[in-house]
Amino acid sequence: MDGGPARNHDGLISRRGALRLGLAAAGGAAAAGLLDACSSGGSSGGGNLVFLSDQLSTTPETSDMRGKVLSGFKGSGVSFTSFADATQFIDQVVAQAKAGSGTVDLIGGLQGDFVALEAQVPLRDMSDVISELKDRNFPAAYLDLAKIKGSYRFVPWITATYLMAANKNALNYLPSGTDVNALTYDQLLAWGQALKRATGQQVLGFPASPKGLIKRFFQGYLYPSYTGGLNTQFKSAAAVSMWQYFKQLWAVTNPQSPTYAMMDEPLLSGEVWVAWDHAVRLSNALQQQPDNFVVFPAPSGPKGLGYEPVLGGLAIPTTSKHVTQAKSLISYLTEQQTETTMLNAESWFPPVGASALPSNLAPGVGAEAKAIDATTGAPGALASQLPIGLGAQSATYDKVFVDTFTAIALNGAPIPSTLASEATTLQSVLQQAGAACWKPDPVSTGVCQVG
Amino acid sequence: MAEPDSTGGAAVSGTTSAGVPVGLEPDQPPAPRRRRGLAPYVLLAPSVVYLVVFFIVPLLQGLRLAFTGTGGQWGLATVHQLLNDPGFWSSVWNTLIMLAIILPVQLILALAMSLLVNSRLRGSAFWFYVYMLPLGISDLTSGIIWYSIFTQQGWLNSVLQDLGLIHHPFIWLSYQHQLLIIATIVVAEAWRSTSIIVIILVGGLQAIPKEYSEAADVFYASPWQKLWHVTLPLLRPTLRTALILRTVLAFEVFATVIALAGSSLSVLATKANNAYTQYQEPHLAAAYGILIMLLSLVSTALFLVMLPVRTEQLQ
Repeated sequence: MDGGPARNHDGLISRRGALRLGLAAAGGAAAAGLLDACSSGGSSGGGNLVFLSDQLSTTPETSDMRGKVLSGFKGSGVSFTSFADATQFIDQVVAQAKAGSGTVDLIGGLQGDFVALEAQVPLRDMSDVISELKDRNFPAAYLDLAKIKGSYRFVPWITATYLMAANKNALNYLPSGTDVNALTYDQLLAWGQALKRATGQQVLGFPASPKGLIKRFFQGYLYPSYTGGLNTQFKSAAAVSMWQYFKQLWAVTNPQSPTYAMMDEPLLSGEVWVAWDHAVRLSNALQQQPDNFVVFPAPSGPKGLGYEPVLGGLAIPTTSKHVTQAKSLISYLTEQQTETTMLNAESWFPPVGASALPSNLAPGVGAEAKAIDATTGAPGALASQLPIGLGAQSATYDKVFVDTFTAIALNGAPIPSTLASEATTLQSVLQQAGAACWKPDPVSTGVCQVG
Repeated sequence: MAEPDSTGGAAVSGTTSAGVPVGLEPDQPPAPRRRRGLAPYVLLAPSVVYLVVFFIVPLLQGLRLAFTGTGGQWGLATVHQLLNDPGFWSSVWNTLIMLAIILPVQLILALAMSLLVNSRLRGSAFWFYVYMLPLGISDLTSGIIWYSIFTQQGWLNSVLQDLGLIHHPFIWLSYQHQLLIIATIVVAEAWRSTSIIVIILVGGLQAIPKEYSEAADVFYASPWQKLWHVTLPLLRPTLRTALILRTVLAFEVFATVIALAGSSLSVLATKANNAYTQYQEPHLAAAYGILIMLLSLVSTALFLVMLPVRTEQLQ
């Protein structure tokens, strides 16, 4: 195991720390891990505004949210609660909306959560708040995403994307002539193979557990980079060669990857040397040991550097009894000062262009900001739009990609027949949602046709 | 699940203190029926309400979800979806394999542990408390603890490397070794839940009158013979209860499996959980739930048929 503190920056014993501290500590670590896994934090005490989210749910994140971010709000006390599980979050908001009364005054979720919510209960039209916050200069692309069923359903709040991180030791085995900041997928494979030859271990890593985000790797990264599309290219010849490539990559990937939900821990423990994950899910490693890790953009493929932005927003439930206070909390949370605190404490970026970022960033965060800049500014950068119009089908849509990965990579099923059968499921999901194609597929008018 | 015929029923209709069967006393005038009034019903009401609200209603809701499609129409669409769900059959097999390993392992362990507790040796009460400790730990916590033991840079590999038994960390939780992953789950589950069986068996052992054992001693029976010919047959009703309970609980295990296996391997309970929490498919999740319930009922019936208990064993 490599060096590093047994306790993380918040003084909480991490699971890795427990390995060193002894079996006696294992119980405590497990308890901390459990809280990490299913924190549904209590109230921050005394507040009369209830803020519910499915982000920022680990214990350190929730405590930073209360102690560093929300503590500066002067309007009233805020009680912040976060579910680690989006389903619980959605269930609670839907239940309160259906009951016609509720305690929640503000909800913070990802764009996809709002799409899923709007499919079940009507959300409040947030156009008034967005026009009051004109000076925030939200980019038009984010405002477009906030528009669901014709009106703004949330206010853009936080953004992120997916990056790669590597242990600095791994850089010694980069194939010659390779720039880690401008990797291609072929170079990533050659790198993984070189690492396997040198260490005898498969040290690439992907978050492939049920709670991991490997589905986004296929949707926003591999498919666009290899095929230039997504749904319209699902079973194309380019997709077949893409999956053949992935099988080779998987052969140099740590076979324990199906147990990884977030890549920061395996990076810190040394089980994985090179990993792809959500920027926030890498930041623990980058902030704990900024000198031991580098962070860089995802690789590019034959059709460019496919990448997927993540957008989180704020909305006021229709049942809120404190609309005015909730509006001023939204105003506070989108102020530049608060967004900078969010960035340094929680590694979530503000919904503004990289050029508008403040300069005094924490070490790991600064490195991530540079990598995000390098991603969006790369020649051939190919931004995926977040799935639009899937509504209640968005989770089933994700399942198609997870099932395809499981069949091909884990169970060794033949690629063309797997793609053909999953394409049928994919088409029926799109059909049921009545969803048109979204970028990088050519935008369609009718239901998106799987190709 | 309770053991209905091992409790009051048999004892009440047994014999009088003089050994005369109750029903064979012709001259006895029938006892006046005591008026029960509402009291028993009032006392029963809370548990009935509890069962209706938390078991019967969810069961009916589950059935409705499982036999309606996403559009709300009744039919077998969800059952069809269940049977065609990728990984469905492998999850059925994994569940059965896990069960087939876990049951005998836990039964033998629990029997040994409860015999030790019941042996009245010095310190046996202490062991009873030690055995009960894992009961206070949730299955997810237990899964995380065992994950930190079995992970590549975990405890087990550190110890093996320090002892010089391996040079490179061995990957216990590789998706390529499904049986090895099942073995780690069995170890974690055995650690966590054997104590439930121990409690039941200790209760059963303590209910066996000492006279049987003393009678065996008179015939110079060896400890092994006493166990095989006296204790185990008398313990049979308790063993049956323990087996039924353990099997039903084993069908429901999912947090340990998710922690140790991730997406490498699934059992029916993890499929149900993922269908609901990850893929927001309540109908499919309910269908998995109903299937788990059916399997639990079938296995309970099997145990009841395969391990019949004669009336005299209950007295």
